[in-house]
Amino acid sequence: MHNFLFFRKDANAALLSNLEVFQLLTELKQQRKDSGKHKQSSGQQNLNTIMYETLKYISKTPCRFQSPEVVRDFLIATKGHKLTKAEKLQLLNHRPMTAVEIQLMVEESEERLTEEQIESLLQTVSSILPGNPEEELQRPSAMGAEEEEV
Amino acid sequence: MCLPMPVRQLEWSLEGGVCIVFSPTRAEVVYNVGLCICLYDITKLEDSYIFPGDGASHTKVSLGFFDDIIIPPESLQQPAKFDEAEQVWVWEYETEEGAHDLYMDTGEEIRFRVVDESFIDTSPTGPCSTEASTSGATEEVQKKEAPYTLVGSISEPGLGLLSWWTNS
Repeated sequence: MHNFLFFRKDANAALLSNLEVFQLLTELKQQRKDSGKHKQSSGQQNLNTIMYETLKYISKTPCRFQSPEVVRDFLIATKGHKLTKAEKLQLLNHRPMTAVEIQLMVEESEERLTEEQIESLLQTVSSILPGNPEEELQRPSAMGAEEEEV
Repeated sequence: MCLPMPVRQLEWSLEGGVCIVFSPTRAEVVYNVGLCICLYDITKLEDSYIFPGDGASHTKVSLGFFDDIIIPPESLQQPAKFDEAEQVWVWEYETEEGAHDLYMDTGEEIRFRVVDESFIDTSPTGPCSTEASTSGATEEVQKKEAPYTLVGSISEPGLGLLSWWTNS
């Protein structure tokens, strides 16, 4: 038997970033903790498991270094790149570091993006979206001043 | 990931808007909404782990919080062959020096594209679906089918084992 969480709301979903989901789940986890540990049904336990596992997964993605301000800056910086909302979301959630990854995330990228535009996107991604600080220390700083593409 | 909005109105209780689905009678809602706490876009890239399939069948992939994900043989990097000894799929990567075998070992982290999803009605049918009041009757072993499965593909450049694509 498989257990799911589902929302009995309109299935017309809005796009949320991993960061937003992470924040939501963390908040909910805290709420459940605060409400005290009553005898938990197996349903509650399963819910806990799914929340725990999902948090575990999300916290290994680049969103763990992000903040709402970072997301906002990123959306501003990518405004001129003519990307769809879903594509910007992919970039935000995955923080691609190579042209190959950009091409996977942007549909028909060969037609829509020149090599220079891909490079520019990569620059925007790596300069605005924080990476793993430990890894960043090891890499030679090739970026210099923060560039913002309009 | 997608969630229905507005998020603030969601009630995290069994009676409220968010419930845990045990019985497939909720199937129609699951059908409309999708998986767990989120909807996946059809073209979402995920990092995940490989678990062994059985024989020359689909490669099973897990995200940790969800593991009903499969990659059919035709959606692997081609050309591919199944290594019977190792019981894993292998990408016969072409180089100038001939084919270089890249093994899709269990537990390796991969990047895949979600290309399809399928909902299966797993409601039990027949007398054994209700309480086993019929004494002596042998219970049918319910085939464990996942109500919701994702189908993935790794057949594009950049997909498959992360180690195949990192510059090191």
